[in-house]
Parts: sequence; C-alpha cells; structure tokens
Amino acid sequence: MNGIPGFIEAISFAGAERSAGLPHTLAALAANGKLQEWYAAIDWPQIGGGILSTLLMLGISLLFTVVIGLPLGILLFLTAPGQLLQNRPLYAVLSFIVNILRSVPFIILMIVAFPLTKLIVGTTIDVPGAIPPLVIAASPFFARLVETTLREVDRGVIEATQAMGATRLQIILRVLLPESRPGLIAAVTITSVNLVSYTAMAGAIGAGGLGDLAIRFGYYGFQPGILLVTVFILIILVQLLQTAGDRLVQRFIRK
Amino acid sequence: MIRLQHLYKSYPVKGAEVPALTDINLAIEPGEIFGIIGHSGAGKSTLVRCINLLERPTEGQVIIGGTDLTTLSERDLQASRRKIGMIFQHFNLLSSATVADNIAFPLRLAKRKKAEIDRRVNELIQLVGLEEHRHKHPAQLSGGQKQRVGIARALAADPQVLLCDEATSALDPQTTASILALLRDINRRFGLTIVLITHEMHVIRSVCDRLAVIQEGRIVESGPVLEVFLKPQHRATREFIEQVEESAELREAISREKAAGKRNIVRLTFIGEKTYEPVLYETMRETGTSFAILQGTISRMKDTPYGQLVVNLDGTPEQTRDTVRLLQSRGVEVEAL
Repeated sequence: MNGIPGFIEAISFAGAERSAGLPHTLAALAANGKLQEWYAAIDWPQIGGGILSTLLMLGISLLFTVVIGLPLGILLFLTAPGQLLQNRPLYAVLSFIVNILRSVPFIILMIVAFPLTKLIVGTTIDVPGAIPPLVIAASPFFARLVETTLREVDRGVIEATQAMGATRLQIILRVLLPESRPGLIAAVTITSVNLVSYTAMAGAIGAGGLGDLAIRFGYYGFQPGILLVTVFILIILVQLLQTAGDRLVQRFIRK
Repeated sequence: MIRLQHLYKSYPVKGAEVPALTDINLAIEPGEIFGIIGHSGAGKSTLVRCINLLERPTEGQVIIGGTDLTTLSERDLQASRRKIGMIFQHFNLLSSATVADNIAFPLRLAKRKKAEIDRRVNELIQLVGLEEHRHKHPAQLSGGQKQRVGIARALAADPQVLLCDEATSALDPQTTASILALLRDINRRFGLTIVLITHEMHVIRSVCDRLAVIQEGRIVESGPVLEVFLKPQHRATREFIEQVEESAELREAISREKAAGKRNIVRLTFIGEKTYEPVLYETMRETGTSFAILQGTISRMKDTPYGQLVVNLDGTPEQTRDTVRLLQSRGVEVEAL
C-alpha cells in the first residue's frame, strides 16, 4: 500500500462517512490507533531541518523581494499616467513584464528559470536554488501591491509638499513612503504568506523544506504523519506571519 | 508683490484645448489681503495654483517679488516656492506625522538646522494656539485645529506670500471666523501678502482689502472690497453679494410695497463712523417725513463699518426730494429702488 491511493484508502477506511469532516475523520483515526502509529513514525529532526530550510527560503527570498519589488513598485507608481514622473512607454514596458511574470504559474516559472538560477547561485536545488525563482515570482506581485498602496496616498498631500518646494526624491522618501507605511507593511505580509506557499511548491522540485518533506516523505513515502504535521506547521507559520503583520499595521495606522 | 500678466491656461481634452483661464491680469500689493471669488469650476483653483506654478500657465507671466517664475529652472522654482506658503481646503497634512513634525516639515525639506527648526516650531505652535496638541496626529484634531496646523506649516519657512485655497470651506461658521481672525492677525503682524480664494462672500467681506470676481476663467470685476460691494458692476458680483445681503425676500417685499402704491423706496448706504450716528432720524425730523424700514444691515467690511437700509419714505413729493438731498449732503448714498 504505497502512495496516495493507500493514503486515501486509510483515511476513508477510518472515517465512517466521507462527509463527516476532518475532526470526525481524525477522531476515528485516533480511535483505531492509526494516528498514534503515524505519529510514532515521524522523524522529528527531519521535520526540524524542514522548518529551518523553509524559514531560510522565506526570509532570504522575502528580503530580496522587498529590495527589488519596492523600487519597482515605486517606479510603476511614478511613471503611471498622471503621476509625478509620467512616462507612458516606460510604464507600459514595466507593466507588461510584471504581468507576464505574474501570469506564469510558479511551478512552471521555476523550471523555466533553471538556467538563470544556475547562473546566479550555481545550483538549482536546495535552499539557494529556490531563492531566484521565489524572488522572480514574488517581486512583480509585491511591486503591484506597492503601486496600489502608493496610489492611496492623498494627492493633496503630495501637492502640498510640491508647493513647499520639495524635490521628487524628497516627495518619495518623506511623503509617499511614510504616508503609506501601514499599507506597505500589509503588502509585505500578504507577499510573505504567498511565499510560504511558493516554498512548499519549490519543494516539489528539489528545494527542500517542509513542502519537500510533505511531498517526498509524506506523499510518495506514505507517511501520513509527516503530511499532517507539515500542513499543521505551515498553518501555524501563516497565522504567525499574518498576526505579526496586522499588529504592525495597527501600530502605524493614523487614520 | 504678485503680478499676473496675460495669463492663459488651457487643458487638452480629447485633442482639443479647453480654456480654463483667459487673459488674467492682476497686481497684488505687498501686505494686502486679496480675495478671488468665483463659483466652483470658474477657474479660481487653477488660478491660485498658477501663482506657485503647481499648474504651469499655458501663456503669460507670473511675477513674484520681481522674478518671473515661469522662466525659472526646476531647482530655482523649488527655492522660490519655499517663499510662498499655501493652505488648502482639506488641510493636506501628513497623516503619519505629529502636529510638531508637520509644522517642521518644510524646514526639514529645506535642510535647516535642528536647533533652528525646534525654535521655529515652538514659535509657530504658540502662534496658532496648539501647544497642548503638539504630539497628536492630524486624525486626532478637529477641522479648525488641522487648518491651524496648516497655517503654521505654511508660515514655517517665513514666506512673503500666503495662498489660501478655499481654506475655510470645509469648516463650520464659528471655526471659519476664528481661522479668518488668525489670518487677519498674521497679515497685520508680519505684513504677509495673502491671496485667498473662496466662493463665500462673507469670507471676502470680513478679511479682504481688494477682490476680483472670476467667472468662466475670466476676471469680470475687481477693486477695493467696499467699492465693489456697494456698487457692483457685474451680474456675477451682484449674485455673490446677495449671499450676504438682500435676499429674494426683500425683492418680494419691494414689489409688494410698490403694488400697494408706495413709490419712494430707497436704499441708503452709510460708510464709516456715520453708520453709528442718528443721521436718518435727524434728517427725517427736519423735513417732517415719516419712514418705514423694510430691511437693514449694519456690518463691517474688514475694518470699515457700514450700514445699508432699505426704507420707504412717506411724505409729499417735496418732502421726499428734500430728504434725499439732505441725506446726500450728509454723506449718505441714496439709491432709488
């Protein structure tokens, strides 16, 4: 009994009715000793290593995503029609590239990006191999969020600042960014949650981390315990990120 | 101080140029409060934005303190703008900064020294009476307090000119009065030239020295407030004056009286100190005419008291003629309605 058919069989065997829902299914699995059996089979140091890899991928790729996506988002905002550096051709080109990158499914983007990844970090596997595709996928997404957030900044405030004789750089650094800080933090939060799900996908093609454990050992290796634990950890991780992000937004919101 | 010469501004709309301002010529003197009144869409917001080149005029010159701003480079224009303060209808404060930081903002942009900034912020925060609120954010302030922050911020860099874009239009009447009093005070104390645009005649009446009426992008009338107020030439001006003066009610009353055979309805205008003297009573007593007051206003135009009474004179034709002549000789303007 290997792979997913076996897994589904075990679950459907345990749950009296399929519609009974997860709690019932888990209760039934616990009752017949399946859960305990799965739990005993979990290799905790392996899970620990998976968490570390996932956090590394998340942290490094989020950093580069912000470093690349924030200026890109600002540029998108500034060059859009009617804005401070209005430039239709540049905006059209940037917008087109961002749209293309956003329309390629991540799992395919990773494969397409292999040569570039190899060029940048020298490998296409493990944590380093995952960083370039993660950044390539998340930066355009983040840039769009930044653009939308900056558009929310009151035009009147920008006008008032211009009337004070501010330079464009001063307007960006002293008005646009501080005024949109809560929105930008929210954008980073959303992007980080997206990255968590991307890192899991990256696991499918050799990046390591929790996604890799879930797919390789949990799914192909028929260790339902690992599958359940990794999903549980990912849920916790996303909750933590979202809560932390929301708290920061609340701290800076002034409206 | 400010001279606008043959100013034109038009916007391209679907390939065609739509004029917003047509041949604007204005000379605003140092230290005066100049009002520009117009309905929404008349071009007054565009006009005030042409003064600091937030809107670049299509044609014409904007000369402030001898410099034509339209010829300046971006850098020089930025320097010139620091000498022109501006306040706005919706205040346009930084929501992420405190009251003190908002006031300090233009000084930080100009890269002034910290000690100088602190000193200036303290002065200004006191001037506008917001000492207790210095660490609050704009969202915690009332509209009037926000506008006070706006005024303090506009004054921070010691400007020679203050532009007010509908600065009181979002405020209630009492707050409007206090903001206008503050502007008048600043104008007196620092000799600051103020350009104020509004759609409310009472704002012009309470603070301005001179005014211009703008309609469909053209200045249709301008002059000292008292003069324009008492003898408006253009229909648009008369409409604005009716906001604060005689109403439709009075017109109705006049036509009712006339229908009843009363033909001696006159408007009497008193200007200056005689507003408070019993000129009317004494004149009537001398000529033996009796009268009925249909409507009356005693008010002030900035610093000048004035009164306007609409009365029906009741007497023989000779008595009426004598009354009019006597009133005129005593400096009262008489206009038959």
